[in-house]
Amino acid sequence: MNHLRQLEAEAIHILRETAAECRRPVLLYSIGKDSGALLHLARKAFHPGPLPFPLLHVDTGWKFRDMYAMRDQVAADPALRLIVHVNPDGPARGISPVTHGAALHTEVMKTEGLKQALAAGGFDAAIGGARRDEERSRAKERIFSFRNARHQWEPRAQRPELWRLYNPRLAAGESLRVFPLSNWTELDVWRYIAQESIPLVPLYFSAPRPVVEREGRLIVRDDDRLPLEDGETPVLRRVRFRTLGCYPLTGAVESEAADVAGIIAELEASRLSERAGRAIDGEGGASMEAKKREGYF
Amino acid sequence: MGRPLLRVVTCGSVDDGKSTLIGRLADDLGQVPEDERRAVAARAADGRLDHALLLDGLAAEREQGITIDVAHRALNVAGRRILLADAPGHEGYLRNTVTAASTADLAILLVDAARGIRQQTRRHAVIAALMRVRGIVLAVNKMDLIGHDQGRFEALAEEFRRFAAPLGLEGLVSIPIVALTGGNLAARDPAMPWYSGPTLTEHLATAEPADSAAAPFRMPVQWISRPGPEFRGAAGMIASGRLRPGDAVRVMPSGSPATVARIVAPEEDRPEAVAGESVMLTLAEEVDCARGDILCEAGAPLEVADQFEATVIWMADAPLLSGRPYLLKLGTRTVGASVTEIRERLDVDTGGRLATRELALNEIGRCNLLTDRPIAFAPYAESRDLGGFILIDRLTNETAGAGMIRFALRRAANLRWQPLQVDRAARAALTGQRPRVIWFTGLSGAGKSTIANLVEARLHAMGRHTYLLDGDNIRHGLNRDLGFTEADRAENIRRIAEVARLMADAGLIVLVAAISPFRADRLAARERIGEEDFVEVFVDTPLSVAEGRDPKGLYRKARAGQLANLTGLGSPYEAPETPELHLDGTEPAEDSARRVMAYIDGT
Repeated sequence: MNHLRQLEAEAIHILRETAAECRRPVLLYSIGKDSGALLHLARKAFHPGPLPFPLLHVDTGWKFRDMYAMRDQVAADPALRLIVHVNPDGPARGISPVTHGAALHTEVMKTEGLKQALAAGGFDAAIGGARRDEERSRAKERIFSFRNARHQWEPRAQRPELWRLYNPRLAAGESLRVFPLSNWTELDVWRYIAQESIPLVPLYFSAPRPVVEREGRLIVRDDDRLPLEDGETPVLRRVRFRTLGCYPLTGAVESEAADVAGIIAELEASRLSERAGRAIDGEGGASMEAKKREGYF
Repeated sequence: MGRPLLRVVTCGSVDDGKSTLIGRLADDLGQVPEDERRAVAARAADGRLDHALLLDGLAAEREQGITIDVAHRALNVAGRRILLADAPGHEGYLRNTVTAASTADLAILLVDAARGIRQQTRRHAVIAALMRVRGIVLAVNKMDLIGHDQGRFEALAEEFRRFAAPLGLEGLVSIPIVALTGGNLAARDPAMPWYSGPTLTEHLATAEPADSAAAPFRMPVQWISRPGPEFRGAAGMIASGRLRPGDAVRVMPSGSPATVARIVAPEEDRPEAVAGESVMLTLAEEVDCARGDILCEAGAPLEVADQFEATVIWMADAPLLSGRPYLLKLGTRTVGASVTEIRERLDVDTGGRLATRELALNEIGRCNLLTDRPIAFAPYAESRDLGGFILIDRLTNETAGAGMIRFALRRAANLRWQPLQVDRAARAALTGQRPRVIWFTGLSGAGKSTIANLVEARLHAMGRHTYLLDGDNIRHGLNRDLGFTEADRAENIRRIAEVARLMADAGLIVLVAAISPFRADRLAARERIGEEDFVEVFVDTPLSVAEGRDPKGLYRKARAGQLANLTGLGSPYEAPETPELHLDGTEPAEDSARRVMAYIDGT
């Protein structure tokens, strides 16, 4: 058995354990490639039955239009149930990543939004597509990651995971984050997408797009939600995205890779990490860890 | 792309250069992203890349300059995927080493050539042997500090071989390295032309993980799929062996025979599946098969037992004590379990054994375990998946320990339950009362015995058959061999609960008055006696009031330093969270007794 099949078997095992042992699991669907792979694995894990849990999209209102189109396509599948949650405080306070910056926008729309949605649905386990290779504090993450009643991650309070035995038992209010793709790398996800022909948002593939350059990042102007600064004129450049976050916060990369095979070839030659283009991770070496402690996914 | 992945655990401390080794290895293999290198180099005063810093992921680790938790890292070596679990070396983190070693195919033990084989290396070797890691690499680091001396390297390798041989470690390879400069990691070190063995990456590229496909078929059932009336599938990961439609299997522990009908997959059914795959299968017969069962090759069924000897690694702050109830998860089955005897403790420094009655955090011991129902298993020596288990604390839900089954104890099979003609219901009918156990808990001086006495007198006056078990009185006889350590207190309560159960079985209304300070022990008593027959009465008296009464002069002695471990002063009292009856211990005892009577009459 090659390693990709082993990783697939492990992810399916984790998804089934979650469904069997947790009271109300939910799969966090963020429309990106990792979510796509995760959704595909979940369908496989429970075939021919339906998914025994709903999908949840914590929307920030700042996703690319193509992402919303993809989400609508998933929502239209009668075998799936998709819940969409937007933190009402964000629009009410007029929070935007453009005017308020990445930190506040993420805190309100993603971290707080996720907590609200989990509480509203009574969910005790949120399944996500995070991987250990994404960032150094993630390398210490458990597969079943324990969060206290305030959704906080306490690195010293994590449960040891031996063999394939996970302990998902919780007291009232406590919850789990479950990461079936923990041991995958970015390339593994792409190879799996190629092998299984998993549909993706076109933004991953290179195309001429209107771009402005801000603080060294290539920002695609998806529509007029992004106001132009003085002297800025969008220029058409062949770019694609390695990760998809909120659109003014995620930088594109110049690329000629227009299909999955092209992306795999490009990644094999690349020497930059996947999150190099995201504004949210840059602020200090421990910024992701600090966000996780507050309840960021 | 065809090769299976290799899981590797690295053991050693910061001093041995372990973080440097892994960081350097990843960098030499071209697998540290450029932006990550820049970020780490920017933190150094001279802008040079300190490879050790590539790994420390948590803020506390960077601040303290140590590694706290297991870090996982994927590496590609000559087209083969390596999953590295990096376990911190400090004594206090033994549980991390055990966790990381539990899935490992290969362990890299790092030693500092200048310091030689130390306690810690021996400890890691003992753990690797215990967890049955198949391959061991002794990486002798900092060879540059001893002048790349072949003689000293060989002496170290030989010293380790002699230590490792009796532990049963196989596949031992020693490699001289210089982690700082990458010597003999990805490239040969020209300073050691005398070394002709494999470099570390050569060894990682060729080492083979265990292959359990040739063993008999076993699959713990994870999930039963029943999307409609016409389909019933059993899903799980195959622990060992192969599976084909038409294979004869048994559902354990019931032993029911069945035949595999289909291996279901989204596009089309599969003709075969092997160990390590997650599958969904259907059975031709309608047999009872649920999560927790294990499907086995019909000709090689698993053993079934409810008593085991096991090696237990303790991971919780509170010690493991005999008689305490835990949950045991093995495969996909979770059952109630307790340790009936702690036989000995493993000295991880020497591999020797010491006598003990309890296991503290980070200790490893041999124990006898009892599960509340029979389970199917394989000895850990045969199967990690069917012989390894975790113990979960029932109150905190923590993973409190892990264990490995050595063998089943046959006592349960040999000691047959003698069927009796007169049963509990018959005895109860003759007395015309509902037998049960009224359990009074509270501090010394709370008023337990006083209230229990009053209740018994009233019951007696009504013509009821009763017995009062008073904690103090029992310590004069049945429990006179027990002291007041936590382990002895647990055993004290276990014995009282057993006696109370027998008496209730005989038809009596049993009153127990015992401090019984620990929640876990009262929970064990409740389970032994049975939820419907157990009435927990909390006599809630503030410490100051109980101490003021001090009927036995114990508080005075304790305050004078003549008595250790008195509950409330030297030893904790864990108040019940949801007792059947919560009494205010400051009210007159007569009033409390009336409340207990009202409860007994009303239920």
